[in-house]
Amino acid sequence: MAAPADLSPLDVLKLRARLLRSMRRFFEDRGFIEVEVPTIVPSPGLDFHLSAFEVNDPHGAHVGWLATSPEYQMKRLLSSGAERIFQLAKSYRADEKSVLHEREFTMLEWYRAHATSETVMRDTEELVEHLATSLAKGESPLLRTAKAPWPRCTVEHVVREHAGVELDTLTGNDEEFFRIWVDQVQPRLGSDGPVFVTDWPASMASLARLKPNGMADRFEAFLRGVELCNGFGELTDADEQRRRLLRDQAERRAAGKPVYPVDERFLQALEEGMPESGGNALGVDRLLMLLVGADSIQAVMPFPEDRL
Amino acid sequence: MADTSDIKKGFKMLIDGVPYAVVEHQFVKPGKGQAFIRTRIKNMMTGAVIDRTFRSGEKVEKADTEERTMQYLYPDGDSRVFMDTRSYEQLRLTNDQLAENIYYLMDGTECNIMLFEGRPIGVTPPTFVELLVTETEPGFKGDTSSNTTKPATLETGLQVNVPLFVNEGDRLKIDTRTGSYVERVKG
Repeated sequence: MAAPADLSPLDVLKLRARLLRSMRRFFEDRGFIEVEVPTIVPSPGLDFHLSAFEVNDPHGAHVGWLATSPEYQMKRLLSSGAERIFQLAKSYRADEKSVLHEREFTMLEWYRAHATSETVMRDTEELVEHLATSLAKGESPLLRTAKAPWPRCTVEHVVREHAGVELDTLTGNDEEFFRIWVDQVQPRLGSDGPVFVTDWPASMASLARLKPNGMADRFEAFLRGVELCNGFGELTDADEQRRRLLRDQAERRAAGKPVYPVDERFLQALEEGMPESGGNALGVDRLLMLLVGADSIQAVMPFPEDRL
Repeated sequence: MADTSDIKKGFKMLIDGVPYAVVEHQFVKPGKGQAFIRTRIKNMMTGAVIDRTFRSGEKVEKADTEERTMQYLYPDGDSRVFMDTRSYEQLRLTNDQLAENIYYLMDGTECNIMLFEGRPIGVTPPTFVELLVTETEPGFKGDTSSNTTKPATLETGLQVNVPLFVNEGDRLKIDTRTGSYVERVKG
């Protein structure tokens, strides 16, 4: 395989094609079906720290937003009876630009009904091992370290280990948590190979359910300081989900951010009965970057925004 | 008031009354979390470089700094006097402020003077200056290839290591960024 610096646009296209084919084979072998949901959606997600592109028609009338992730519609598919689904979804986040962010990027998102976050963590480590093997033919630095199973640590553990801070002293101060996280914790995660970080503070549960210990049933995987994916044991309680979305809306309004609508059809799907499920969203561009040892996602994209 | 979206390389900001220049900056954001701008910034008074992380969107105060091209005139006690060649306005920097740059000042040398709130805080001399050798051991004729060097003192008092063929009275081109010998100048 060519060194990352030598990757031509054609090399990048071939690599991506192999990666996507290997991903599809992995999921199809496990009984998943590939789905496609729209990217123009009535609500792009209310996550406080995400910002969406608004879509207008040629007359200036509002049509919707570009999806920041395919989550709502994929969960509606779970409620309608699909049990194992995956998607390679173009997703859009308006304010994110760095060597690890493009405003348009590719997300691999999958869900399993009747499964837990642990099942999905196993999918994740097996997937990455499979891809490292099939893509790198023994040359990827990832291959040696990506073998399943990966260590699982809690947020409390890694914050104590890398920052010397007790997590409960940061309760109610998410900004301070994230400052410590980006400065002291995340850069040190996964230096010896991928690691899962589990049990996030309840205030960062997003669309995850809460565990009996009061923490969010949410995990992320890190490798060489790069956040690779974010997964949940999914919240299926429609009332709790509505409370969180209304709270997110109120926080957005108070901060002067755009207030996106609550997606009522998503909530209706939860009311009608979404099975207990696990799901994960994995950055395809970041994974390819790590697999080939590149130092930016732009190096493994044929047309990053700056070269359009 | 500026905010973090204004941060780019060379951006000057005020922190606790001290001007800092941005050396490096990077956008960092956990997928489900607050975005930050991680920076490496240089204290323009002392040259010290520190790391600082700003919340994305945080207000920052732009430092009132200005760079002006001025000509070096003459020493005056513990200071050196510079003049703006258009307005003829003069100002002085202390020898402490000039630090090692004092060795690159000759009559008429054009420098960039950094002003903070109208007061001079530092100087950037030309990248290359030519200075006369006032003291060195006699050279060896024909020795142009050896990597061996010897110390030399230049007309401003600057000490540099030079090749063995350099003699007193030679003009040398000096790189002011490193304080090192570049070449002997003909004539």
